Amino acid sequence: MVESVATPAKSAGAKTMMMNFGPQHPATHGTLRLMLELDGETVVKCVPEIGYLHTGFEKIAESMTWNQFVTVTDRMNYLSPLNNNIGYVLAVEEMLGIPLPERGRVIRVLMCELSRIADHLLCVGLQGMDLGAFTVMLWCFRERERLYDVFETVTGGRLTTSYTRVGGLSRDLPDTAVPMIRAALPLILETVDEVEKMLLRNRIFTDRTKGVGILTQEEAIGYGWTGPILRACGLAWDVRRARPYLGYETYDFEVPTRSEGDCFARFEVRIAEIRQSVRIVRQSLDRLKPGPWCCEDNKVALPAKDWVYTKMESLIHHFKIIMFGHGFAPDPGEYYGCTEAPNGELGFYLASTGDMRPWRVRIRPPSFLNYTAVCRLVEGRLLSDVVAILSSLNVIAGELDR
Amino acid sequence: MNAVEEKVVARLKDRYPQHVLGHAEYRNQLAVTVKSDGIVPLLRSLKEDPELAFVRLVDLCGMDYLGRDEAERYAVAYHLHSFQHGLWIRIRALVPERPGEIDTLSGVWACAEWLEREAFDMYGIRFRGHPDLRRILMPDYYTAFPLRKDYPLRGQGERDRFKVYDPAR
Repeated sequence: MVESVATPAKSAGAKTMMMNFGPQHPATHGTLRLMLELDGETVVKCVPEIGYLHTGFEKIAESMTWNQFVTVTDRMNYLSPLNNNIGYVLAVEEMLGIPLPERGRVIRVLMCELSRIADHLLCVGLQGMDLGAFTVMLWCFRERERLYDVFETVTGGRLTTSYTRVGGLSRDLPDTAVPMIRAALPLILETVDEVEKMLLRNRIFTDRTKGVGILTQEEAIGYGWTGPILRACGLAWDVRRARPYLGYETYDFEVPTRSEGDCFARFEVRIAEIRQSVRIVRQSLDRLKPGPWCCEDNKVALPAKDWVYTKMESLIHHFKIIMFGHGFAPDPGEYYGCTEAPNGELGFYLASTGDMRPWRVRIRPPSFLNYTAVCRLVEGRLLSDVVAILSSLNVIAGELDR
Repeated sequence: MNAVEEKVVARLKDRYPQHVLGHAEYRNQLAVTVKSDGIVPLLRSLKEDPELAFVRLVDLCGMDYLGRDEAERYAVAYHLHSFQHGLWIRIRALVPERPGEIDTLSGVWACAEWLEREAFDMYGIRFRGHPDLRRILMPDYYTAFPLRKDYPLRGQGERDRFKVYDPAR
């Protein structure tokens, strides 16, 4: 059993206490369990246990078609489901080698960045709440509600969006969504300014996060860190710059970085990224032009309904994409595609045998790799630092366990 | 294949000629297939070579090729990334079904510890020298290896035999 692994390391004369932190606890983000051995308030040893939310996504993928798996990707990082949808579908499209039309790409960038804003808002809000600033969490959730209204208008769902399909999107961006987004952006920026005013020079917040949970850049790379927490250690690396997709190389944005590598730096990086994402959203809204939003290849993307009803070829394509035993598939081979999710590099390692179902879908979960460092960060620190560290890592249990 | 990928293949074939089984390119991605023995010096050389500098282990996962035309049943796929070149490559180490073991990479990359635990949990591939090889996602008392191709999607009845704690009894 796991308990036998967490045997107390008794130093001479000192008595230690085993404390169970989680899996049901307001300060653990999701179902995380940490078995802490405490010497007073100091953590001597930490044994994390994960897997409480393990659903077997990778096993399920082997029984679903390439398009059906999009619904499962919603449930990974459930705070930013659109990033997962888009990341997966991009990997499949890169395997298939089909290009997307401009409008489809712009809408995907727009939804990616809105989803990133939603995720970072939540993380920043929870970082405040875990350290006592409950108001910050409520402010951030108020702004997230605006984004959820947008998601509902565009995709039909707040959390389980399943917006993308291989070759395009499930539906076009409705015209009502654009003014909603434009109205929401200045309010989001206002709230971010308020959050900064509340927390950045707040003595309690800075004392609890500055100098806490520091990891050097080399160690961070060794632990497989990516995303804002790696950028907070000083490495300005972003998949959107390193391996641009969806036309990110044509958007004007910065990649915020800090060098301290502590919880405060991670907070600052996320706040700065919200602002950069708002910039990208504005640019993508300006680029929206009417046009096709799905790829032209009707062997992969469903043809338009009026074509299905009037043209024989389109009818056959429609049936063949959906019918069991038919359906599209990439050429046999293995491919790794990655995108920049709010937590880091979200990768999909897909293996195809030319069958309408994948042979293997391996999800490279940024939360899992980020969480590998938790023992190293937490051991030797106080119990209250554990809370600050956990909230700064932004570990989403759905992505961690899959 | 770009110049760096060609250098990777050339160096691996040069330094470890017995271990490299082949390489392939799919959609501009390089994948090198190697034997499972001697994987640690091979990957370490990719990490520490100053001209290649594949310092980041992106992902480590198990693969099951049951029924397919591969030399062995299992493989461990290592994805490496080089910041210097902005390049991702894949090294696939084929693991025979018996003994189903491969050396651990936890001495080279710290994140390999948990990733290997997951590969063990899902496929039963043992990692020699791993400091703490036990299940990570499934419960400790689980005996099967779920991602194997011969394990059914709906399980083998574990949900019906789930231990329920009933204080009344």
